[in-house]
Amino acid sequence: MSFDPRALPEHPDFLWANPEPKSSYDVVIVGGGGHGLATAYYLAARHGITNVAVVERGWLGGGNMARNTTIIRSNYLWDESSAMYEAALKLWEGMEEELGYDVFFSQRGVLNLAHSLQDVRESVRRVEANRLNGVDAEFLDADGVREVCPIVNTDNLRYPVLGATYQPRAGIAKHDWVAWAYARRAAELGVDLIQDCEVTGFVKDGNRVVGVETTQGRINAGRVALCVAGSTSPLAELAGIEVPIQSHPLQALVSELFEPVHPTVVMSNHIHVYVSQAHKGELVMGAGVDQYTGYGQRGSFHVIEEQMAAAVELFPIFARAHVLRTWGGIVDVTMDASPIMGTTPVDDLFVNAGWGTGGFKAVPAAGLAYAHTLATGEPHELNAPFSLERFETGALIDEHGAAAVAH
Amino acid sequence: MLILTCPHCGPRHEQEFHYGRQAHVAYPDDPSALSDAQWARYLFHRANPRGPHAERWVHSAGCRKWFNVVRDTLTNEISAVYPAGAQPPAEHADLVPAPVVPDVPASTTTEQTKEA
Ligand SMILES: Cc1cc2nc3c(=O)[nH]c(=O)nc-3n(C[C@H](O)[C@H](O)[C@H](O)COP(=O)(O)OP(=O)(O)OC[C@H]3O[C@@H](n4cnc5c(N)ncnc54)[C@H](O)[C@@H]3O)c2cc1C
Ligand SMILES: [Zn+2]
Repeated sequence: MSFDPRALPEHPDFLWANPEPKSSYDVVIVGGGGHGLATAYYLAARHGITNVAVVERGWLGGGNMARNTTIIRSNYLWDESSAMYEAALKLWEGMEEELGYDVFFSQRGVLNLAHSLQDVRESVRRVEANRLNGVDAEFLDADGVREVCPIVNTDNLRYPVLGATYQPRAGIAKHDWVAWAYARRAAELGVDLIQDCEVTGFVKDGNRVVGVETTQGRINAGRVALCVAGSTSPLAELAGIEVPIQSHPLQALVSELFEPVHPTVVMSNHIHVYVSQAHKGELVMGAGVDQYTGYGQRGSFHVIEEQMAAAVELFPIFARAHVLRTWGGIVDVTMDASPIMGTTPVDDLFVNAGWGTGGFKAVPAAGLAYAHTLATGEPHELNAPFSLERFETGALIDEHGAAAVAH
Repeated sequence: MLILTCPHCGPRHEQEFHYGRQAHVAYPDDPSALSDAQWARYLFHRANPRGPHAERWVHSAGCRKWFNVVRDTLTNEISAVYPAGAQPPAEHADLVPAPVVPDVPASTTTEQTKEA
């Protein structure tokens, strides 16, 4: 679907109903973020399972889905991750068609800057790994970087820009519209989207989960699927399982509106900032997580200070930009910086978590694979490597380098 | 920004410190007697509570000494600071995790191996 990028898409008009929960569903999905909503849609659209509820303690898409910097790319290092994120990117490319709704997916490319010889070597290695996996990637020198993004200062900074990986098919999308697009289609297919409904406990029969306790009463379920991002540890504990996850605050900020000036997405792992320009014109920036665990949904001020210092070094023309607002989300980080998706030691309880700072880009593939797992009880080939068991078998998928945000 | 009180140097900004994750996680007495699941538990599972958390910090830009802190992860309120190696105050005794021990005592396993 093509559209005028200056025009806004139609407002969703809250095209889903707000039903009372029924007493029982085949599948109850806990968490109405991008992952929960996409899972509900693919369960209904690909598997014909429509007796499904998504229960959300706040409002749909109000969690990390509403807080992220919307960067979409698939240039991860390992085969397992590039398979997952590339499958997602292909689904992003067809999403507006499939869901019949604009999500402002804009393939403006991403540059991951290299500021040291070691960065350069790591970048070239990742580019080669990407190509072997059919992911579009090239390594650009500093001239190449300036050609793609003329406003980047490559020379006159403490850590000069020596080059960058470039993925032309990467980009950004409008996160709210993505949530609404999935919500609207899932609701049309019969899924109940229940807001203001917090899961407070699990109903078990022996080692089997048979329902959830919520602030709107007990709901029985054939299967229960967690999709609660930064809230996974406390919730899993209520179900009697432990997940190897640590929750950290991650912040982002936007500037006032500007004329189009920044044509792509620029990420720097080394001096630590990532920047794109939203469709309306705000500069959108993020940095790293706070070092300590926390649930306060606010991070440390010095993280913002350091990220702005890095942004101004890289983009001197932003020096006079005003910050409009900053905010934080709670991200769920695993020891190998890769997600967990699949079965749990409790029968009929499934987990999708640990996407950390990078789960927005995965939304469609994660929804597709998780729906398959919920429908069949078996992992999809995309999520099989991302099982909870990998921490016991040692088959870790160490993406600390390519996950890009320091944690 | 957190203000942490180093037991040796006094209150300092968070930027002078490094976070060392959960405190009081004991190295297993007999690591080779642990099953894969127990070993994974020791290596990868750390408390991640919404509330009080006993954790280690090091004053890396100061005296470079480690110490323990009890911090509420929801409010960032710090309710105890105590030396490395010490136990938390009595009211936080529940924050010390149980050590990972093998299901079958190591000595029994050895006996059985000998008999077989
Ligand atoms: C500042 C920031 C920047 C980011 N930037 C990027 C980026 O550029 N690119 C990228 O790919 N990813 C990014 N991410 C990560 C991405 O946002 C997350 O990985 C992803 O959104 C997580 O999945 P989700 O959308 O389902 O989570 P969420 O949207 O957080 O959904 C979880 C939902 O569960 C609900 N919930 C929690 N507990 C309960 C309960 N007990 N009962 C009912 N409901 C419950 C919550 O209210 C929430 O709505 C960023 C995250 C942050 C915070
Ligand atoms: Zn000190």
